[in-house]
Amino acid sequence: MSTKIAYGIFDDDDVVMHAIPKLQEKKFKLVDFISPNTINGLDHAMFLKRTRISKEAFMYGITGTSLALLMMWYMNIWDWPMDIGGKPSFALYKNLPAFIPVTFESTVLCAAHGMVITFYLRSKLLPGVEPHVIDVRATDDRFVMAIEVKTDADKDAAHSAMKALGAMYVK
Amino acid sequence: MHYESELREPLILGDKGYHEITEDVCRPIEGKANKYWWAAFTLACMALLWWIISVSYTLGTGLGVWGLNKTVGWAWDITNFVWWVGIGHAGTLISAILLLFRQKWRLSINRSAEAMTIFAVICAASFIVSHMGRPWVAYWPLPLPNQFGSLWVNFNSPLVWDVFAISTYFSVSLVFWYTGLIPDFAVVRDRAKTKGAKFWYTILSFGWTGTAKNWQRFEEVSLVLAGLSTPLVLSVHSVVSMDFATSLVPGWHTTIFPPYFVAGAIFSGFAMVQTLLIITRKVLNLENYITIYHIDMMNRIILITGSIVGVAYITEFFIAWYSGVEYEQYAFINRATGPYWWAYWSMMTCNVITPQLFWSAKLRTSLFATFFISIFVNIGMWFERFVIIVTSLHRDYVPSSWTMYSPTWVEVGIFIGSLGLFFVPFLLFTRFFPVIAMSELKTIVKSSSSQAKKKGAHHHEH
Repeated sequence: MSTKIAYGIFDDDDVVMHAIPKLQEKKFKLVDFISPNTINGLDHAMFLKRTRISKEAFMYGITGTSLALLMMWYMNIWDWPMDIGGKPSFALYKNLPAFIPVTFESTVLCAAHGMVITFYLRSKLLPGVEPHVIDVRATDDRFVMAIEVKTDADKDAAHSAMKALGAMYVK
Repeated sequence: MHYESELREPLILGDKGYHEITEDVCRPIEGKANKYWWAAFTLACMALLWWIISVSYTLGTGLGVWGLNKTVGWAWDITNFVWWVGIGHAGTLISAILLLFRQKWRLSINRSAEAMTIFAVICAASFIVSHMGRPWVAYWPLPLPNQFGSLWVNFNSPLVWDVFAISTYFSVSLVFWYTGLIPDFAVVRDRAKTKGAKFWYTILSFGWTGTAKNWQRFEEVSLVLAGLSTPLVLSVHSVVSMDFATSLVPGWHTTIFPPYFVAGAIFSGFAMVQTLLIITRKVLNLENYITIYHIDMMNRIILITGSIVGVAYITEFFIAWYSGVEYEQYAFINRATGPYWWAYWSMMTCNVITPQLFWSAKLRTSLFATFFISIFVNIGMWFERFVIIVTSLHRDYVPSSWTMYSPTWVEVGIFIGSLGLFFVPFLLFTRFFPVIAMSELKTIVKSSSSQAKKKGAHHHEH
């Protein structure tokens, strides 16, 4: 079964925020919304699930913490302990204060880059990706509503509903 | 919908809506550069050329071409390194710390301030590499397996911490900046009229269209990156200060260094942001976005951090006396009254006295005064690092080792040249990148622009 998308192009985010619950009331399936900037409350209105990306960042972060501690323990405690100025490196816990800066930097490094790489891959953002542009001004001052429909009759219904709610044009 | 009191200063002046913002920010990218830009660019390229010549001469001949000697082993190189890293701090403060504090005035200035951070850290890193004298062994501070026995880098050393701090800071600032740029590159892409522009901005924008899910992730990523960058930026200059503080040199061995260096970094960074933006807003016609209110807010930060720096200078002196350590006391008396007294008093005048002028609202909101004071602060903060490094070193413990230091033309060339290394990419940035984070700025059009406030006032009358 093939599905089609009915697009409605709006020129005011307030009109859109007003239109979303009305369209949902009429059982239209809003599949996406394209805007030139973030709109406060849009994810709630569209019933989007909260992104897990910050939790992933935390996981990447503690991976960085562990890797840094493991590396410093292996290099400075286990493999080749050095006695510098009468301050030997004999145990991780004794050297921990001196190891904090590198542990911290490594945590931030892994959390930030892990999260950003995940964001790019998950959102299919990579150099060379061809954008699917509905309206060239959707990155400027227009807002595109996408409704999933099954038949042409449904598409017409979605179009007229969006027009009635203030869409500039539909396609 | 978020409403804001009309009493608050509008952050966007003129009658600007979404489309006007797009037009105003894209105009420099789509138009041709004017003669001022070309003049500045030519000058910057000449400075960069001087940098290339001086660095090549240093690396080809050896560090002997610098004015260093057995007693003063660090001078202009590390002074310039610390100066540039410090300048970078303002960009992160604006984009990360002000984001966490929900200061919306950051929105028109964060993009260019972050660009400043990136290019300033590149300049700083160039001094680290050139002061090594043998850049082909620059990988030695990295924890790599090697053929010198099982010898690893010493993780107890602040110089190794610095390698981690600077590289993390640079790379995280870069992705923070770039992630914010993606939606704005998409704007330029969708407006592109030539094939070449379309091609390049399609690559740069990573296929961004602005779907609801991507915006949701974008916001979360920005927030978490701000949360990570905040302690990161504070750690970077703390670690830089520990390069000095963990040594046993009188004048360096002080616990006040980390907060004192961080405050100084933010102080000098904001001064550089002022210097750059006062010119940029004029040349690119962005006066409606980077308003006097923005300048005023930044001047307040300069006033606060400048005062912290002043207190730190005085505290250092007090502690030197209070410690009862003869060597420490001598280091400070020598700073103020010794042969480098002129450097010390230049620092005190530029960093402690000039920012106090910003208690006057009239000066804080004057472009002319701001520009001059920001130049004074830039100079003063350079002298601060020179004073800390050279005056602490030149009088060694043994009087037979006492020397003076003066730079050769090569060191002067590398420093002046590094301004070219900074301004060439910065000027290219103003031509090819959106200098204002327009997709973020658009989020406050309906609450904080003068257009919205006019509508709000109108609404209340009825």
